[in-house]
Amino acid sequence: MNRTRFFDHVVLLLGVAFMVGPILVAFLTSTHDPYEIHMKGLMASWGNDFVQTYDKVLFEKGGFTGKVTGLAMLKNSFILGIGFAVGKIVLSMLAAYAIVYFRFRMGVVFFWMIFTTLLLPLEVRILPSYEVMTKLGLVDTYSGLIVPLLASATGTFYFRQFFKSVPEEILEAARIDGAGPFKFFVDILVPLSRNMMAAIFIIMFVYGWNQYLWPMLMTTDEGFFTLVRGIKQILLVWVGAQIPDYNQAFALAVLAMVPPILVVIVFQSWFIKGLTESDK
Amino acid sequence: MKRVQFNRPLLPFLLILPQMAVIVIFFYWPSAQAIQSSFYIEDPFGFGATFVGLSNYHDILTSAEYLKIVNFTVIFTLLVTVLSLSIGLLLAVKADKVIRGSSAYKTLLISVYAVAPPVAGLIGVMFFDQHIGPFVKLAAWFGWEMRVGIDYWDTAITMITISVWKQIPYNFIFFLSGLQGISRSVVEAAAIDCRSPIRRFWTVILPLLSPTAFFLLIINMTYALFDTFGIIDTTVKDKAANNPITLVYKVYMDGFRGNDIGGSSAQSVILMLVVFVLTVFQFRFIERRVHYN
Repeated sequence: MNRTRFFDHVVLLLGVAFMVGPILVAFLTSTHDPYEIHMKGLMASWGNDFVQTYDKVLFEKGGFTGKVTGLAMLKNSFILGIGFAVGKIVLSMLAAYAIVYFRFRMGVVFFWMIFTTLLLPLEVRILPSYEVMTKLGLVDTYSGLIVPLLASATGTFYFRQFFKSVPEEILEAARIDGAGPFKFFVDILVPLSRNMMAAIFIIMFVYGWNQYLWPMLMTTDEGFFTLVRGIKQILLVWVGAQIPDYNQAFALAVLAMVPPILVVIVFQSWFIKGLTESDK
Repeated sequence: MKRVQFNRPLLPFLLILPQMAVIVIFFYWPSAQAIQSSFYIEDPFGFGATFVGLSNYHDILTSAEYLKIVNFTVIFTLLVTVLSLSIGLLLAVKADKVIRGSSAYKTLLISVYAVAPPVAGLIGVMFFDQHIGPFVKLAAWFGWEMRVGIDYWDTAITMITISVWKQIPYNFIFFLSGLQGISRSVVEAAAIDCRSPIRRFWTVILPLLSPTAFFLLIINMTYALFDTFGIIDTTVKDKAANNPITLVYKVYMDGFRGNDIGGSSAQSVILMLVVFVLTVFQFRFIERRVHYN
């Protein structure tokens, strides 16, 4: 019995090493100077350049991009992550409210129109989407970055499912007490959905933060770059360099990873709830 | 729907309007354009387009290059799906068993979920780097000279490893919650009937997990087909020339690098059909899953 338990731990520890090891090594390597990295390879020890490297990446323009600091990219990443999550929650709650709580013949048609968006991920319709954006003049704007990503059904499904599970009696009671649609939504449905909103916020924040292809096409002005978008720039500079700035590249990668990882770890129970319930 | 509902003629339209506006402008309009331009050849100087019927589709489906990419996409999807599902399942089974430290293991194992694919790609590429990559040194020790970015299969191995790494946490979370949903009495009854834990796993636990596994199968295939874009882009560094790429990357390359709008659109439409089939499978299956519970 003891031996099998020991074996279970060995497997789990190997799994943890495989999963977390690369992140840890990336962080530790970012604290060394590039020549040392070039000579000795990736590092598994703490180096002397932590303050210097991160100071440079966060506050100095240049390095990988000429016009933007790491801090500005961090800000853009937060705008994209939070803007996307909030937009998603607002749009999909309103739509789900209309579909579930109103006698509304067009509701079914609209529901199927929303449902169809599941059939075609953004990656597949990327070129025509880009053309539409240039026609609308939305390239290099925050709304161009965020709003098109909202065109999917996931959130609406999630809230529709949840609203359907809310007991009928609540609406009956509210109507007897004279609550209209607006009051019912704000005073009853929103407070009831608080946990669901938190869960979906976390999933959507991580999803928005991690967007790559869409920001790559939509932002040519470096002032709008997010951290994840900045990764592309690192690689473009990379190709010609003799001894690339490995430390700065890793530092930028670490900055791009830390906020979403923290969100997932700190709000773990909401995150798992959101994930396992939203993808059904 | 609800038995009791509000009865207002205008309000529901107003509530659903923002969502519908976004979907029509940013989903239906571009999708319709993709379908339309797949039947045209665009003039390279922007002087209109010529209707060519199905010739874009014909060109794609007879091109040796495209078929090679189809081939690679199938291999890539299968390997990523099988490997990340089985590693995720193994870790979930072990994490479900241990008592001490289980929440620490869980937290550490799910954290990688939050890493963006291109960031995962960048880190992975460094691990397979010619100068500083430990994996390359390890391979060299066994007499295998890895040249990622130059050798087709070495690059493919890098891509697959990174993609599997990125997807394990997702599968782990779902398998673990599936395992925790199996009732203790079933597990105990099985333990009385059969002494071999491995046989118990195959005959009792795995069949009970099959709804989760089936659902994850589709999700993982969609992941390998579409969400790995960032990983592929960081691994091939814009030089697709000799490197393995998947179908989605090809859509992007032809559309944005090659300016072949008709061809790229026709490829989009082909992928649309693939997603359609996958989604139909998924939903038929989920219908059944409801009956299980």
